[in-house]
Amino acid sequence: MSKTRLSVDGLTAISGRDGGRPILRGVSLGIDVGEVHGLVGESGAGKSTIAKAILGIVPSQVKITAGRIDFEGLDLLSLSSTSLRAVLGRDIALIPQDPLTALNPSRRIAAQLTDGLCLKRGLSRRDAAARARALLEEVQLRDPDRVMRCYPHQLSGGMRQRVLIAAAFALEPKLVIADEPTTALDVTVQKQILRLIRALQERHGTSVLFVSHDLGVVANICDRITVLYMGKVMEQGVAAEVIASPRHAYTRALLAASPRYDRPDAGLEPIAAAVIATLRSEIAAWDAGASDRVARHG
Amino acid sequence: MADDLLVARGLVVAYGARRSRLLSPRRSQPAAVLHGVDLRIGRGETVGIVGESGSGKTTLGRALIGLVAPRAGSVVFDGTDITKLDEAAMRPLRRRMQMIFQDPMSSLNPRHTIGRILVEPVRLHGLARDHAAALALVREVLDRVGLPQAAIHRYSHELSGGQRQRVGIARAVVLRPDFVLADEIVSGLDVSTQAQVLRLLEELQRDMHLALAFISHDLSVVRSICDRVVVMQEGHVVEEGECDRVFAAPQAAYTRTLIDAIPLPVLDPHWLAREASVEVP
Repeated sequence: MSKTRLSVDGLTAISGRDGGRPILRGVSLGIDVGEVHGLVGESGAGKSTIAKAILGIVPSQVKITAGRIDFEGLDLLSLSSTSLRAVLGRDIALIPQDPLTALNPSRRIAAQLTDGLCLKRGLSRRDAAARARALLEEVQLRDPDRVMRCYPHQLSGGMRQRVLIAAAFALEPKLVIADEPTTALDVTVQKQILRLIRALQERHGTSVLFVSHDLGVVANICDRITVLYMGKVMEQGVAAEVIASPRHAYTRALLAASPRYDRPDAGLEPIAAAVIATLRSEIAAWDAGASDRVARHG
Repeated sequence: MADDLLVARGLVVAYGARRSRLLSPRRSQPAAVLHGVDLRIGRGETVGIVGESGSGKTTLGRALIGLVAPRAGSVVFDGTDITKLDEAAMRPLRRRMQMIFQDPMSSLNPRHTIGRILVEPVRLHGLARDHAAALALVREVLDRVGLPQAAIHRYSHELSGGQRQRVGIARAVVLRPDFVLADEIVSGLDVSTQAQVLRLLEELQRDMHLALAFISHDLSVVRSICDRVVVMQEGHVVEEGECDRVFAAPQAAYTRTLIDAIPLPVLDPHWLAREASVEVP
């Protein structure tokens, strides 16, 4: 039996800026030990909000109104910021989308990689440096000694993303949140990075929440997939099944909209009005139910 | 082919020849970005220009419409070598060569209404004798690109990403160009919006018999909408041909690598492990 590492249960959030507009509508998902779980959807689907909620970094205008995030028995949403900080970095790590802004431009790679090792693992500077070098080798950077001495701007986008993957896996976390980690990269580099994430994840038994807008990417790296639309789960299941025989009309529409070089006559199909109407009514039905629930409890 | 609209020969473009004593004490060598590129685009033809970052595809596009001056080579548009023209001689041709930009948010003036953004070029190029006539043309084009008439009074920040890109397309086609350069125009859009915008572009291209240079990093998109494709790597054209042929039987190892790297939404358990046919730096 596989063991659940992270479970999100009924996560609901509103964005206060627009007078309490719902942005997550009762999202539930589970990630097993050693599983790569894809979170897909278009902009406004709430993918990033879920990732941020797990990391405890939702923006100030977002309010989580219901739900639980359970990480190996810890209720992440109710942890104090001090206790959460102990978990983050050590047990939960992030691979961010933009490898340039995520690195400090004025510090060398060596310094940025060793900080976490010293702080969270209590290694000496020397041991941390040795470990950091080994990590850079593990992410297949060719000249790790040179990379250690570099500033971020001296590295290519792909190299910077490898450094961040090294940083994410440095403390051997149990869960890695990968937030669109290849969106800024060229396709050939993207493929290498995907392969690297999968290899590291398999080697260390890490669970990964892989956030992406690209069904092609998700189909090729994930074990299970959750499809979101406007903060609501539309479909969830084993990747192979969701891709090969999607059950929800929205998943089918997303697949039909994706261009495919192998089938030039398929793809690029705009989403049909009937599908949009179905989606809207599902969202409206949920919102009506939610206000009922609030009314009853309030 | 006899019906070429745009023919580029031996294009060489280099950047950074200026001397900066502060940043580099030695005189810096200009870095060549295009190393003798040949390209032709027929009337009404859609040609995809693909490559990864740094391949020179954007520079090539800019050279094609005279936005960068090549150090060598020629760009002949409908019989005229535009690299030899001064700004005044170029102006009448500018109307016929339009561009759609990647990011409509930064290419549309945030302080102007959509109406003004569209009316101005119409007046500037003398396509309407007065404001009312220009506005009539603009109203027509809004219908054509699927924007509501009310958009005339909106600002770009009030529109969605897909609507903004429709404005970008409207601004290009309202001038009735012969040639349109589209540089990564859907790379910031969701797949469903991307599908709508590309379907619109295809329709306009067909109806207006536009020659289209479609620059993209996404080979799946290029395969879907282009007749021919040019594959660039480090400032060289490494392969060129009909899409049907190039995607079925790529000749250059680099083309094969690019195609193999595209993740498709299909079940292929071996895709991730499959190594590239040429080494990627």
